Amino acid sequence: MKFAKFVMTATTAVAFSASAAMAGSHSLSIKIGTEGAYPPFNNLEADGSLVGFDIDIANALCEEMGATCEFVTSDWDGIIPGLLAGNYDAIIASMSITAERMEVVDFSGKYYNTPPAIAVPKDSDITEATDAALAGKAIGAQSSTTHSNYAEEKLSSASLTLYPTPDEYKLDIANGRIDAVIDDVIVLSEWLKTDDGACCKLLGTLTPDPVINGEGAGIALRKGEEDLKAKFDAAIAAIRANGTYQEINDKYFDVDVFGG
Amino acid sequence: MDVWTLISFGDQGWGDEIAWGVLVTVSLALATLPLGLALGFFIALAKQSREPTLRLSAEIYTTIFRGLPELLTLFIIFFGMQIGIQQLARAMGFSSGIEINAFVAGMIALGIVFSSYASEVFLSAFRAIPKGQYEGGYAIGLPHRHVMRLVVLPQVIKIALPGLTNLWMILLKDTALVSAIGLSDIVRQTGIAARVTKEAFLFYGIAFILFLVLALLSSIVINRIEKYGDRAEQAR
Amino acid sequence: MNHAQAYVAPAELLPQQPAPDTIAKPWNATRAWGYALIAFWTFVVIVLVAWLITGYDPAKIERYAPRYWNGLLTTLTLVSISIVLGAFLSLPIAYARMSDNRLLNGISFGYVYLFRGTPLLAQLFLIYYGLGSFREQLEAVGLWLFFRDAWNCALFAFTLNTAAYQAEIVRGAVRSVPTGQWEGAAALGINRLQAFRKIIAPQAMIVALRPYGNEIILMIKGSAIVALITVFDLMGETRRAFSRTFDFQTYIYAAIFYLIIVEILRNIWNWLEKRLTKHLVR
Repeated sequence: MKFAKFVMTATTAVAFSASAAMAGSHSLSIKIGTEGAYPPFNNLEADGSLVGFDIDIANALCEEMGATCEFVTSDWDGIIPGLLAGNYDAIIASMSITAERMEVVDFSGKYYNTPPAIAVPKDSDITEATDAALAGKAIGAQSSTTHSNYAEEKLSSASLTLYPTPDEYKLDIANGRIDAVIDDVIVLSEWLKTDDGACCKLLGTLTPDPVINGEGAGIALRKGEEDLKAKFDAAIAAIRANGTYQEINDKYFDVDVFGG
Repeated sequence: MDVWTLISFGDQGWGDEIAWGVLVTVSLALATLPLGLALGFFIALAKQSREPTLRLSAEIYTTIFRGLPELLTLFIIFFGMQIGIQQLARAMGFSSGIEINAFVAGMIALGIVFSSYASEVFLSAFRAIPKGQYEGGYAIGLPHRHVMRLVVLPQVIKIALPGLTNLWMILLKDTALVSAIGLSDIVRQTGIAARVTKEAFLFYGIAFILFLVLALLSSIVINRIEKYGDRAEQAR
Repeated sequence: MNHAQAYVAPAELLPQQPAPDTIAKPWNATRAWGYALIAFWTFVVIVLVAWLITGYDPAKIERYAPRYWNGLLTTLTLVSISIVLGAFLSLPIAYARMSDNRLLNGISFGYVYLFRGTPLLAQLFLIYYGLGSFREQLEAVGLWLFFRDAWNCALFAFTLNTAAYQAEIVRGAVRSVPTGQWEGAAALGINRLQAFRKIIAPQAMIVALRPYGNEIILMIKGSAIVALITVFDLMGETRRAFSRTFDFQTYIYAAIFYLIIVEILRNIWNWLEKRLTKHLVR
């Protein structure tokens, strides 16, 4: 019956979704867009469930706000257009707060901030995470990310290869198509701990550029939804204060990811 | 994990996810077909109309949608329609949006592409029908719409059938593109399985075989339809 | 024959007649639809043009125009090389398809069915990511250097794909030449190879012209998926520009470029066809 229902909802298509801001005080219902391909922050399991730091944080925030939340997955490339189009009301997907994105969406305050890093195969002859050391090498990144922008501008001597999701660059560095990958340090080091990451090692972290990398990951909202933004900011502060954040942090990481 | 666990149905395997993908692919193709056929038919009517403005409009339509890559049409519909509807809704003063999901966007985009090719097929089928068929109809006093429905259409459909079945095969393959806008079709589901399990060859191979099976099944059905259409000749 | 003879007006001229009344076309549903649709297209064009003008941003154009250009070049080189390689590959396949040898026939039929029955996207993924998991084996036979590069994989997939379609075009075209042509040649003592080269091929090529044109256009459109395996063609650069600017104009520009390429090709092909089939027009 699940499928019949799916076809019906899909073909009728015109689902009038009351916008979150309008739903008011009774029971706030928020649709949250996420990617589901960015472990350990958000990932889609084989059984179809979403797990990860972003997901737990989102659930904690929703609980704090007394809202019922529903997750919607979207490809990274289309995640902001999807928000603008109203497919969901907020993006909680480790999205960095950058000036480029601020032109089209609003952000809550950050909920974590970690630097970018570079990983290379274990037998690599690349010695350090600098532009000079990477000259002429093929470096992989997820497209439309701050990391790909960083590589394009700061590591311009290397040739950049762009992938739709991190999974694909992980496949390609393992089989030797690319010489290095750039991504968030947590994402890379968690991956390196798994069997799949056995091919590679962490070369080093990079100094984030505030213009490119922004000021940490925030919750993206449509412009002008000040009310929702204030609620999210208050909820972030609240879970920081009551220890929930720390609990989730410790569940996933050995370090504090909130950053300075 | 061995191969059979990987493709089994259940929490460990990807069999159920891929089966879902097959359902999505097939239902998308089946949902697109009537839309594409109907649109294509009306465009063919417009193209052979006596009204030059109607002919021109139809020409513009087919030139655009036969010239654009299917993937681009899909993106334009998926993002463009969402933005368009959103702005329209805002202009009309209500903030709740109408959601165009990936399935509907895929259906519309593939339907448009299908219709612009189908219109050509219908048009040449219309042209293959001798004027005498119309005149004969009028001569026995049938009104125009009855001539169309009872005399012309049955012949048009029969002549157009091979061309349309060809388009169906193309449509089936084009559904693979919706994986790029996030719809969980065969290619996307096998792709996720491939990335997560690192068994790329196995899972993309499965996708490949599944499409072959769909093509094979289609040709069986198409053969039956063609036989049904040919039964007048067979009786002789 | 006196060409210089001047025209002499007849003695009695008919008085000049007024032009016949133009019969006003009745306003019926068809006409209303026609005008409404033209109005719609005009509206769309006006909106698009107005939007492109108001949204004109020199900084963006300067930043993304070179990328679009590179993407366009990638698309064109990839498609043209694969079409040419595919044409070479298609000849033995078409030959096998037409041969009486059941084994050859079966193999070539299988090849054509495999590549025409599945989406190009699935073929591309299978070759790029699928073969990627056989790195050691490929290295052992020295093929990894080729398959390591995404561009090569794309070229390989496109060539195999278009070869299957082109083989069918060749087969159809050769079949379309009446058997009498072969028999006539045989009767004149011309051997089969000569007959094919001098008699059958020229006639078949004219029949194949239109399907070849369509195949090139299909490849240009089909190549838009190549960015999914990291080769950034026109479509890939468009998506990249869109994902950074969130400006929908990026897609409109891409649509315009693709339409221009396809229309140019279509017109070249119409012209070619007109020229090459002059002798057939009576």
